Amino acid sequence: MRQHKSPKLRTVLAYVVLVILSFMCLFFFYILIINSTRSHIDLQKGFSAVPGDYFMQNLKNVLNDGTIPIVHGILNSLIVSAGSAALCTYFSALTAYGLYAYDFRLRGPAFIFIMAILVMPTQVTALGFLRLITKMGMYDTLLPLIIPSIASPAVFYFMYSYLQSSLPIALVEAARIDGSPEMHTFNTIVLPLMKPAIAVQAIFTFVGSWNNYFVPALVIQTKKKMTLPILIATLRGADYMNFDMGKIYMMITIAIVPIIIIYLLLSKYIIAGVMLGGVKE
Amino acid sequence: MKKRKKVNYSKWGYICIAPFFITFFIFSFIPLLDTIRNSFFQHYFSGLKEIGPNFVGFANYAELFASNLGKYTLNTFILWIIGFIPQIVIALLLASWFTDNTMKIHGERAFKVIIYLPNLIMASAFAMLFFTLFSDSGPINSLLMKMGLTDEPIKFLATTVGTRSLIGLMNFLMWFGNTTIMLMAAIMGVNPELFEAAELDGCNHVQVFFKITLPMIRPILTYTLITSLIGGLQMFDVPQILTNGSGAPDNTSTTLIMLLNTHLKSQNYGMAGALSVYLFIVSGILCFFVYRMLNNQDPDGSKAAAKKAARAAGGRK
Repeated sequence: MRQHKSPKLRTVLAYVVLVILSFMCLFFFYILIINSTRSHIDLQKGFSAVPGDYFMQNLKNVLNDGTIPIVHGILNSLIVSAGSAALCTYFSALTAYGLYAYDFRLRGPAFIFIMAILVMPTQVTALGFLRLITKMGMYDTLLPLIIPSIASPAVFYFMYSYLQSSLPIALVEAARIDGSPEMHTFNTIVLPLMKPAIAVQAIFTFVGSWNNYFVPALVIQTKKKMTLPILIATLRGADYMNFDMGKIYMMITIAIVPIIIIYLLLSKYIIAGVMLGGVKE
Repeated sequence: MKKRKKVNYSKWGYICIAPFFITFFIFSFIPLLDTIRNSFFQHYFSGLKEIGPNFVGFANYAELFASNLGKYTLNTFILWIIGFIPQIVIALLLASWFTDNTMKIHGERAFKVIIYLPNLIMASAFAMLFFTLFSDSGPINSLLMKMGLTDEPIKFLATTVGTRSLIGLMNFLMWFGNTTIMLMAAIMGVNPELFEAAELDGCNHVQVFFKITLPMIRPILTYTLITSLIGGLQMFDVPQILTNGSGAPDNTSTTLIMLLNTHLKSQNYGMAGALSVYLFIVSGILCFFVYRMLNNQDPDGSKAAAKKAARAAGGRK
């Protein structure tokens, strides 16, 4: 082999950089989890690398805290995230299928339109959105956090690309000859075929919705309807110094750790999903 | 072109895309028009008293540009770029290492899983975590003092440099894994014969990187830059929570969306409207570049490359 030493040195350098970066990615979450197991008094003493035995007590304190309804928060977040993921993936797939499998006059313009708004930030319409949902009587409800996910251009585009690479039109035509109604074809033949794409986008939509803060914080006012990010934000606004630090760490843990666990279980598919777009043509 | 028989089925095409367009029309298009309309009216609350709506033409815009808009635009840009530069450098480095056949990195999968992890973390909780960890009596200061690196607590959040650096660090941590994986996909899409030929010709890895890898993935790099810029324009959760909405110290970490949030919370519809239109125009220009990359003729392969990246980024906000 030519250049015998150089590749070796590079490999060592690569490991060093990777270990440092991995450390940076994990360190903060490590302290978080350690600190969620320590009592307020223990936390006052400063940094510790070993866990305490206060985890259950902190958890109990958080669950029993009437001022921050965390159980409601978890449920609300679950409802919004699951609802968004379901609506978003189903209707994005349906829209993609409509533009992919049918020829119609507005097909081209419709596609161009979606591409034009592909990366448009939602924040720019927040003012009108708030006024609209107020008029519609949906202010301070979870519905406006779920329904708009039906129109998700980025997810549509992912689905469309996936259809291009994996749905032969002949299959749709064959089903048609067999007398399958159009919607039935979509629901029983096309959707199952799109499972990998749907799974990936369902995960991303779920996580995105779980973490979403800007719009929910503007829409939701009642404490019991708040999602987790809003509750976390109220922690920061509260009289921070008088707060039980153990409880704060525990609440952050409750907001973050479920996603970390889901991610570690599904990481194979998630990483593959991020790559999927890249390598498939 | 032969006319296909499925023309008969065109109504189903409309039915399939109807939910998307109806939802978009109601929840995005009408709000956009209403936002634009509001930007021309003076309409706010002074205490409990409602002022307006009075038509004032472009007065809201004049007021907006005369206020701190320039400063906040610059803030947003600074906060974005101090996260983006390390992000793109590290991502390029890692992606070229991961795809290099001459160096087999053990545990590549595990590393990828770890570096992607922060991307899925709730930004507001992450910011809250950083706030507690880096507070004056927090664990980081306690650790630094134990290690003898400093005698008294460093007030990270009391200085402009400290606050901006922390925000940059968080943005870097949240996005470099994602960018790495996207760039990896891009490099893996390059014709392997190019790399083989370069190796036969005796190129070293630095030459390969600058002469082949970089030029070949340039379209995806551009795409990453623009989408990241659009993401940066929307920066809110991290600085909002970290500084409790104050943009402390002295509004040096206030972003445009934080300003929008303030106007929306105080129900100053006129100013919120004008600011929204400003944001709409800036992001519209950026969107146009993305659109061009994805749709135009494809003289240099940028279309295909950007499409790949867009699909890969499908899960991104």
